[in-house]
Amino acid sequence: MLKYMLIPLLPFTGFLIAGLFGKYLKERAATVAVAGVFGSFVFSVSALIDVLGGTLIDENLYSWITIGSLNISVGFQIDQLTVVMLMVVTTLSTLIHIYSIGYMHGDKGFARFFAYLELFTFFMLVLVMANNFLLMFVGWEGVGLCSYLLIGFWYEKKSASDAGIKAFVVNRVGDFGFVLGMMLIFVTFGTLDFTEVFKAVSTPAAAQTIDLLGIEMSVITLICLLLFVGATGKSAQIPLYVWLPDAMEGPTPVSALIHAATMVTAGVFMVARCAPLFILSHTAMNVVAVVGGVTAIFAATIGLVQNDIKRVIAYSTISQLGYMFLGLGVGAFAAGIFHLTTHAFFKGLLFLASGSVIHALSGEQDMRKMGSLRSKIKITYWVFIFGTLALTGIFPFAGFFSKDEILWSVYGSNRALWVVGVIGALMTAFYSFRLIFLTFYGKSRIDHEVEHHVHESPKIMTVPLMILAFFSITIGWIGIPGALISHINVFGEFLAPVFPAAHHGGEESRLLEIGLMIFSVVVALAGWRLAYVLYVKKTSVPDAIAEKFKGIYDLLLNKYRVDEVYNYIFVDGLVHKLAKFLHTTGDVKIIDGFINWSAAAIGRTSEQGRKLQTGFIQEYAFIMGLGFVVLMGLYYVMK
Amino acid sequence: MVPLYWYVLLSAVLFTIGIVGVLSRRNIFIILMSIELMLNAANINLIAFSHYLQNLTGQIFVIFVITVAAAEAAVALALIILLARNRGTVYVDEFNLLKG
Repeated sequence: MLKYMLIPLLPFTGFLIAGLFGKYLKERAATVAVAGVFGSFVFSVSALIDVLGGTLIDENLYSWITIGSLNISVGFQIDQLTVVMLMVVTTLSTLIHIYSIGYMHGDKGFARFFAYLELFTFFMLVLVMANNFLLMFVGWEGVGLCSYLLIGFWYEKKSASDAGIKAFVVNRVGDFGFVLGMMLIFVTFGTLDFTEVFKAVSTPAAAQTIDLLGIEMSVITLICLLLFVGATGKSAQIPLYVWLPDAMEGPTPVSALIHAATMVTAGVFMVARCAPLFILSHTAMNVVAVVGGVTAIFAATIGLVQNDIKRVIAYSTISQLGYMFLGLGVGAFAAGIFHLTTHAFFKGLLFLASGSVIHALSGEQDMRKMGSLRSKIKITYWVFIFGTLALTGIFPFAGFFSKDEILWSVYGSNRALWVVGVIGALMTAFYSFRLIFLTFYGKSRIDHEVEHHVHESPKIMTVPLMILAFFSITIGWIGIPGALISHINVFGEFLAPVFPAAHHGGEESRLLEIGLMIFSVVVALAGWRLAYVLYVKKTSVPDAIAEKFKGIYDLLLNKYRVDEVYNYIFVDGLVHKLAKFLHTTGDVKIIDGFINWSAAAIGRTSEQGRKLQTGFIQEYAFIMGLGFVVLMGLYYVMK
Repeated sequence: MVPLYWYVLLSAVLFTIGIVGVLSRRNIFIILMSIELMLNAANINLIAFSHYLQNLTGQIFVIFVITVAAAEAAVALALIILLARNRGTVYVDEFNLLKG
């Protein structure tokens, strides 16, 4: 048990050392941090080996909260799903830590950065290893906190600190749904422990229905919907995705780790973990699938026209997360997690590579000011190519297998969503290659002073890139579907004990599956070709199209103005106006008014009472005598 | 023999006159005199009962009361002198420093 405890504790120790002694350690804080995550990685591999050998852990360390019937312990659950997440988190965290040594070199917050990264890794590991909802929620909140700290890392820049606050507040809205779901789980099942809750779904308690605002729905549906609200906040789905593009204000390693590989996948992980709950509710599954599908295509459309290199990748992340939820929503839990794994590697790679580009261009992020970098930063170029090939789902790179498995499962469930997914894939290919062509090809549009300093990144940055590129190529091969080569879907079979079985087609659908695979590769190549034509061959055409369809172009460029709408309704309307109203009417008029009124009332009463004091002694004597007579009378009456 | 209730009645009437005097006279000397009148009314009552009950206790008590009344009159007059010097008046309705 001890070695499993070390998995989260080593990064936490790294956080303490780098956080408390960073001022004295300065650059050496990175060594401590890397040691922390690498140790975590080693023990995660050990856990993987254990699970492969059949050992599953579900143990409580100590009893944390005991109030009445509420018994919550701090405990770990290590099953197949957990080790997959552990490997993803620790591998990416280690590589990104190493990369950051180069990227954050010279930054005055160097040690603080590594402290925050360690803290984030700790919380993420707590999240994936928790064996009950509340402990998972601790990790959930913790990664949200670290996201805030890291997005607003360069806090002196107002846009960065605003983005950090936005991320945290939007996350909080989702967390509210999560907490409500947790409370409902406790009220229904009497426990928050995963194993116990999932066992209890077959009891009558689970079959209750709740009447909510006139609509009667099963309690499980309500729980799943509330939990999913939390997932939309954390994993940037509609309607709570708005924080992720702004989160690009943070340093690029942060975008890679948190907003591509780990934190945003927490929502996907949570839904997968709660699969036994979700499969009982068709409504909830449909909601998950539809939200995922719509988000996938919605974000892809925005990504088509963005000019900032990181923003394109950010919208791509939102879109790919939509694909993961799409897969989960149709019951293909293993496929969703598979896509999560491959996506972590190639999206992390793409972000880090874009960081390398930005580093080479001394901070330039606008693609309109890039171009013809292909020969100047070769390594960055090639890893970018591999990452993009993986993202767009071209055989035999990683993204092909995972995305295809999702699309195959969706095809069997919901034709309309499959079409949405395919269109999204077309757009994904288009904007990804658009990014490559704008950045690396064509005539140089780089500023002259910047152009002199263009240089490849140091080895400490390029080696992690190359490792990630290697994984982007190969990691898909652990999940080659049975249709192509039988009995080699190692990944799917590995996760099978965790998820309730999803149906699989028989032999006759094998041809259909291969046919669809070829179709999606063709779609991806079509997107590639379209981007090639528009951005390499006839480079004047995109501007012409933008002019001709100015309305749509503006809408997409301004992200459908969703931020402005949210600002108008919630920030200006709800917060400012409501707060102002509550202050002037509620606070000043009603509460202060009441207090002032009661003080004045006492004053008025005493004014009247004052009149009793005339200073005239004979009157006092008279009243005394009168009182005496009255008392005597009362005495005799009582007798 | 004079019936008892004549004395008691006399005592009551004198007492009432005394009270009315205390409560309604302006001059502080008159108030003092009214207080003395009340004391003497009580004395008459005591003597009447002492004679009627053939018990000497009443008459002895009257001696005490007269002594006390005399002492009290002396002290009261001394206070009145000080009061009159301080406030410059002997009319009680003008002593209104306690007026709130």
